[in-house]
Order: sequence, then structure tokens, then C-alpha cells
Amino acid sequence: MTLVLEERHVAAMRRHGEADYPHEACGLIGGRAEGDRKTAVRLVPLPNARSDAPHNRYLIAPEAFIEAEAELARGGLEVVGVYHSHPDHRPVPSAFDREHAWPWLSYVIVGVARGRAQEARSWTLVDDRRAFREEPLILEDRKGAWQLQS
Amino acid sequence: MAVTVLIPTPLRTFTDGRDRVQLEAATVGQLLERLAAEHAALRAHLFAEDGRLRSFVNVFVNDRDIRHLGRQDTPVGPDDTVAIVPSIAGGRGGGGEETTVAEQLPKLSHEEILRYSRHLILPDVGVAGQRKLKAARVLLVGAGGLGSPAALYLAAAGVGTLGLVDFDVVDRTNLQRQILHGTAMVGRPKLESAQARIQDVNPHVRVETFETRLTSDNALDIIRDFDVVADGTDNFPTRYLVNDACVLLGKPNVYGSIFRFEGQASVFYAKQGPCYRCLYAEPPPPGLVPSCAEGGVLGVLPGIIGSIQALETIKLILGSGDTLIGRLLLFDALQLRFRELRLEKDPDCPVCGAQPTVTSLIDYEAFCGVGAEPVYDGAEITAADLRDEWARNRDLVVVDVREPHEAEIARIAGTRLIPLSQLPERLHELDGHAELVTHCHHGLRSLKALEILKAAGFSKVRSLKGGIDAWSVTVDPEVPRY
Repeated sequence: MTLVLEERHVAAMRRHGEADYPHEACGLIGGRAEGDRKTAVRLVPLPNARSDAPHNRYLIAPEAFIEAEAELARGGLEVVGVYHSHPDHRPVPSAFDREHAWPWLSYVIVGVARGRAQEARSWTLVDDRRAFREEPLILEDRKGAWQLQS
Repeated sequence: MAVTVLIPTPLRTFTDGRDRVQLEAATVGQLLERLAAEHAALRAHLFAEDGRLRSFVNVFVNDRDIRHLGRQDTPVGPDDTVAIVPSIAGGRGGGGEETTVAEQLPKLSHEEILRYSRHLILPDVGVAGQRKLKAARVLLVGAGGLGSPAALYLAAAGVGTLGLVDFDVVDRTNLQRQILHGTAMVGRPKLESAQARIQDVNPHVRVETFETRLTSDNALDIIRDFDVVADGTDNFPTRYLVNDACVLLGKPNVYGSIFRFEGQASVFYAKQGPCYRCLYAEPPPPGLVPSCAEGGVLGVLPGIIGSIQALETIKLILGSGDTLIGRLLLFDALQLRFRELRLEKDPDCPVCGAQPTVTSLIDYEAFCGVGAEPVYDGAEITAADLRDEWARNRDLVVVDVREPHEAEIARIAGTRLIPLSQLPERLHELDGHAELVTHCHHGLRSLKALEILKAAGFSKVRSLKGGIDAWSVTVDPEVPRY
């Protein structure tokens, strides 16, 4: 699978991760899926429902999911992925992420180090649930870079 | 009595893309069991190994959570809609940040404290950061357009050791942009000029010079002892060599490149992001991309890009801010616009990928197709020979294949101007029986013109070796060099 994002989406996820630091920020990625390619159109930032351990856990409650999904559907979009932040940790899924993961969805993780957003990477669960596979994250405005010699 | 089950998007790959499924069941438990039986691949996602519904799988009957009804025993009937609703959970779990080992850093003298005071009062630098800079070793590959501002700012900033690799001498055409070098240094080695200038800017900096071309034989030995490499090369073989050597040694490579009014910068650091080959797996065919010597460059441009390289180098040393790792910065000087492209690590990258095929340095000239150009034996004529032949044979036609704006700078009297780009359409203007000599600035484009003419059936064609520049040097000093 490939996830296509726009620069502003990544910027928004990073900002959200920084704003909620040292807690984990989370939200849904609305967009369209076609074959092996998911294209993000808009993000739905959501509150982290894990008030007991927000620094290293996140939860989007089913009621919040239903509401966001309905809102996206009105715009002809569906939930194609989830994003969340890893405060002071690499943007690599944890075992806990994997145990709770849904298939097919893109899981974008933004690392936030000392309050500053770092790299964002995207992952999908493999079918047997045993691992996450990193998927290409393409930024749509990637056009017009050609090779210079000097 | 079929019950409708709404399938959430993540699970539709297991229901042939259908968003709802009809099943016969009396309770939610039965319904889910039948669903998993019909679509076997769903089972692992709905139920844990112990057979219980996974904690993040929520079931709603007519918009009510079964946890508030009878859980899996909740009865369902034909008018009911059962929705499987994800709750989305995760988190980084336990474990904290890596702690950095306190390093033994060099102390600052009173003179240094005064000199760097504007750094020391910056919270992101401070005494600790300045001591990191003093301990740092940065290698600059090339002391030219990009290397000049980079070297000056890194020296001024107090980087303890600057290594410089260059084998050129200062040429008058360098002075328009290579601000390390002054008019008095024309004709002297660039390293000599650079060392003098850097020592004047900051005598605390130790300069280590490598007066050599960077090659596959020496690159690892030279780069190994440095912490960061700033790439200011002007050719593809060296660019790939620097990249591969940095990947093999695990060093960050601060990249910059320029052409005419455009510049690029990035940080290629394979440990944390993509390398140059992830972006450009292969070089362009030789001759396709002109160098600054061929195409020109605005003098200020390397000042901007080289300064960005200095900035990124300093941030890498300090460990502050967001570097250009994984980002390619594009600068358009005419529009004054910066754009940014996200770069991804290529999992199949031959150098930094999961299964690298390049595990030692290779022949980069061959990789970039340099030296594979056709041999033009006897097809070239020297400037002196052309002068003599032309004096004897006034029917000889000399074709200037440069661009009109170049002809405005300098021309050889009596030549015909047909730019290389227009040559294929303007062949009919030339006499197929005449002796032809093509010329350009330095003698490369005229060889391409020669190829075009030969292919079109012109038999008596030669190319002026060294171009109008050689003509100016050996025949007519009245023609200005450029």
C-alpha cells in the first residue's frame, strides 16, 4: 500500500504532536482509496481518550470514530488511516500499537523529541497480524526536482 | 431471517469490498461467528487467540454498544443493523529516550568566550554547544562556490577542525562567486588561498588540507576522521563517491548544488534517512546536465546554498532543530522561492537499502559514463592549425555552435553562427562539399555538432580543440576570454 499525503497534512500532524506533547496526539486520516493507493484529503484531529496514560497510550473511542466517519462520508471520504505521535520516541510502531491495529489502515506515526516534531513514517499491519510493514509515504507536491551537476 | 452487518473500511478487503453483509443469526455472538466462518481471514482481526472478541472491536446494535446491552448474547432480528466499529488504540508503550553520554569537550579560552559571545548567549548553543563546535571536525569537499561560504561561516562559528579537499588553482572566472579567494591569489592553489583566508577569519580553527582529487582509493581514508562532510563538488562522479563513502562510513553528508538561478540542499544521512542515491539512483547520461562552467551561475546563489550547508552542518553538530534529513530544499533565485520536497529512504537503495549491492567504493567515472564518450581521432584541429589552414583556404567554413548571447561576449571574425540546438534544422544552410570546422567555448559542444554533421553526411568536418578559448590564448588575444 502507498499513502499519498500533502505537505499541509504532515505539517498539521506535526503541529498536533507538538501541541499535545508530552501526551500522545491522535486523529484520523480521511481520503480515498483506489487499488493499492490511498490519497489523504483531510485530517480529523481527535482527543486522546486515554486520560489515564496519555503520555504513552492513545485511544480514539468508537463513538468518536463513528462521528468522524459520518462527517467524512458527507464529503465523500472514508477513513483511510490513523495518525498518532510518539513523544520522545521513534516513529516506529510499538508492540502495543501492533496488538491493537486494524488491517488495511495506514498508521502514520510522528516522533516528537523534547516537544519538537521529527520524522513521520507510515505503517500497515500485515495480514497475519504478526508485524507492521512500513509503506511508502508520498508527498503529492513532489514534482520538478531535477539533478544538478555543480 | 437475515441481519445486516455494516463492515468498517479496514475490514472490507476481507469481504470483497462490500460495506454490508447479510447473515442469519439470533445473537451477536452467532452473527460474528458466522461472519468469521464465511470470511476466514477476518477471524484473526475480530477474535484474539483465546477466542474472545478483541478489545478494540466494538459492536453496535442499532447505534447502541452491546456492552450496554447483553454483550455477545444480545439478540438480533431482521430489522436490526449491526455495526462493527473500530476503536483505534496504540501508543509507544514503556521505555524512554536514549540518554546521551556526557562527552569530554574542549574548554574555551577567554578570547574564545569573547569571540563567540553571541553564540554563548543563545539558549540553543550556549557554552556546551560552542564546545561541541570546537570539538567538531568538518570536511569540505571542494573549496569553490559552495565551499567558500560554507568554510567562512564554519570557521567564523568556531568549528575546531576544517578539512579541505581541492586540487585546483584560483582562476579569474572563480572570483565572481568563490569568496574565499581574492584577486591577489589568481594562479595560486585554492587550498593555499583558503587556508590564509580561514586563518584570518579565525586563528583558532585548525585547517587540514588534502590537495588531491577525491577518488575511490583515498575517499574512505580522508572522510573517516571527520564527523560531518559538506559536499561542494561540481561533477557527478565525485557526488556519488562522496555519498557512497559517507553511507559506508555512517557519516552525514550535507549536500548542496547549484545551476544558473536554481539551488538544492539536503542532508543525506543514511542512519536516519535517505541518501543521495535514494533520490537519484543513477546519474543522468553524460553531457545532458550542463555544469556551471557550461551553463553559468549567478554569483550570489552558491552564497545562499553554501550558507545553508554551513547552517545544517552546525545544527548536526549541536544536535539542535530540524535538519534537512529527509527533505530536499529547492531554491529559485529569480522567483525568490523556497520549496521543499519530502524524501523517502529507498528500501531497494543499492548503497543504504536493506540488501545493498554496493558495499565498497566503485569506479565512479565509469558509473557516470565519463570516458565512455566516442573517440574523435583526427577530428579535432588546433587553433594554430586552423589559423594556418584558414589563411590558405578561404573557402573553409567555421561554424560557431554557441548560443547568440555567448557570441555577444566574444566572436572569431568570419564565422557562421548556428547554435547547436538549431543545427539539425539548419543543415541545409551548409554546403555539403565544403571543409567545415565547428567551434564552441571549450570544444565540447563543437564535438557534438561534428557528430550531428557526420551523421547527416557531411564528410569534411573537424572541431576546434579548446574552442574560442584556445583561439584567444594561442591565436588572437584581442578575442576576450570568458
